[in-house]
Amino acid sequence: MTKDPTNNDPTNNDPANNDPTSNDPTNIYANGQAAREEGFTSSREIHLEASFLDNLARRRVQAKVFALAIQLATCMALLALGILVWRIGSQGLPYLNWNFITSFPSRKAERAGILSALVGSATIIFMTTIFAVILGVSTAVYLEEIASKNKFAKFLELNIANLSGVPSLVYGMLGLAVFVRIFDFGRSLLAASCTLALMVLPIIIIASREALRTVPPSTRLAAAALGATPWQTTYHHTLPAAMPGVLTGIILAISRALGEAAPLIIVGGVTYIAFLPTRLTDSFTTLPIQIFNWAGRPQEEFQSLAAAAIIVLVGLVLVTNGIAIFIRTKLENKNRW
Amino acid sequence: MVIAAKNLTLAYGKNIIVKNLSLAVGPTTVTALIGPSGCGKSTLLRTFNRMNDFVPSFRMVSGNIHYRDLDVYSNQVDPVFVRRRIGMVFQKPNPFPSSIHKNITWGPRINGFQGDLDHLVESSLKRAALWDEVKDKLNSSGLALSGGQQQRLCIARAIAMDPDVILMDEPCSALDPASTARIEDLITELKDRFSMLIVTHNMQQASRISQNTAFMLNGELVEYGTTSQIFNAPAQRLTEDYIMGRFG
Ligand SMILES: Nc1ncnc2c1ncn2[C@@H]1O[C@H](COP(=O)(O)OP(=O)(O)OP(=O)(O)O)[C@@H](O)[C@H]1O
Ligand SMILES: [Mg+2]
Repeated sequence: MTKDPTNNDPTNNDPANNDPTSNDPTNIYANGQAAREEGFTSSREIHLEASFLDNLARRRVQAKVFALAIQLATCMALLALGILVWRIGSQGLPYLNWNFITSFPSRKAERAGILSALVGSATIIFMTTIFAVILGVSTAVYLEEIASKNKFAKFLELNIANLSGVPSLVYGMLGLAVFVRIFDFGRSLLAASCTLALMVLPIIIIASREALRTVPPSTRLAAAALGATPWQTTYHHTLPAAMPGVLTGIILAISRALGEAAPLIIVGGVTYIAFLPTRLTDSFTTLPIQIFNWAGRPQEEFQSLAAAAIIVLVGLVLVTNGIAIFIRTKLENKNRW
Repeated sequence: MVIAAKNLTLAYGKNIIVKNLSLAVGPTTVTALIGPSGCGKSTLLRTFNRMNDFVPSFRMVSGNIHYRDLDVYSNQVDPVFVRRRIGMVFQKPNPFPSSIHKNITWGPRINGFQGDLDHLVESSLKRAALWDEVKDKLNSSGLALSGGQQQRLCIARAIAMDPDVILMDEPCSALDPASTARIEDLITELKDRFSMLIVTHNMQQASRISQNTAFMLNGELVEYGTTSQIFNAPAQRLTEDYIMGRFG
């Protein structure tokens, strides 16, 4: 290490003598100067420090530009959303009243309502969630906790990843072939629920597996060391700890299933239903199907009815997700210390 | 003998970790397992209660382990039963993210405990020297305790199962001297009821709390005897070198 020659002079060891800025403790040069006075830093290192500062200034500018770009992108997205909300709202709100919600569909716009579609959507989403959660969470537990290393599990894993990318129309075809025809459920609520459950299954499986993977192994080992069977460990510790993540998957799945029209049209959703379903084998309609139908009509009034139905659909999504988020927050608070 | 390992050879995949090791542990004794890092102490310990079943690459190449009359690795033996009788305290405290009460009662409950749970909680915590500190907050989370308290909670949790043997893998390595001293006292008090096997890197600790000491090196058992013999008159040169801190 090359010593600074000034340092050899024992009388000149007060940095304030030769550096007027050194009284300011925030001045980095002054600190560098002080270090040099103590003989710790060569002049070459001081030079390096200066070029670091240059670099920092440039990185600061980069960060600012980047932050600005992100904010701009966010604003664009919000703007698009705002326009959408404003358009739907201004078009649909005047038509949104109690009659609209409690009436069956009709050829006359002023008498048409969404009762059967709303009940259909609610019933289907309820059953879809039950089917998909039972199957999806079990599959995730099997893959993560029981079969984590065999060939069959690897094969399943690959297929699940692929399934999540299959277009929903294909699920509609599958539902038509399997549930409507082979299982002979008919063009019914049951067939529709099974089809949607199949469609959202990969979402729930993938989210649940991620959630299970975040549970620390030490929890599983602690349980096992107390003489717990794998099932007891999973049921009492791993799954509850993973529940918030599982619920996130359920929220995504519900949102997706509520908005789908295409697969249900293939499975046999009809638009004109003037009764409320009493059995699972009754024919069905849902809000997206009703919206699709109304939006395709030339009359201005029906377009507005579609907008009003969209508002109801969004409300339904918000309510179901709100329930799930409420449960998730409760669980998160319970899991935290 | 409570635990007897015979000609044990253990491996992860192709790597042989423990070589032809035989070791027997009697009832109500504290046995210290010492040796340099990586010599296979934890591997050996986890083999006694089949916790190594959770390591996919683990293989028992040869040998056998008996817990009392039970051949621990025979096909007829349920590993859950072995773990229920041979408890374990881990290096890092790992209480469940639930209440102190539930931390203690969960193990007994799932194993069909019929007695009074509140009484079990109190007696276990008292024996783990934790009762006074937590008796007013049994329903708060076990994770809200300090590291030393968490480790004592884990010991209380193991005691509550009324096991026969308790395996401890460096139970004090994450703790400060005061907490360490408390846990050492605890181990000394508990030795009349349980057999304990303790891995430690702390020679003073081994000499303070154990009756027997086993010294391992590179997966082999170099010397096994009473603690006073191992520390005062080791038969092997290697043992002496290790205890004097000349390597490892
Ligand atoms: N899960 C595992 N998979 C593969 N190899 C492992 C595994 N666990 C440990 N090993 C290897 O086995 C050898 C012994 O490890 P072990 O943990 O038993 O040592 P140790 O004596 O407990 O050491 P320490 O005192 O540092 O805890 C090491 O070489 C380690 O790399
Ligand atoms: Mg170890």
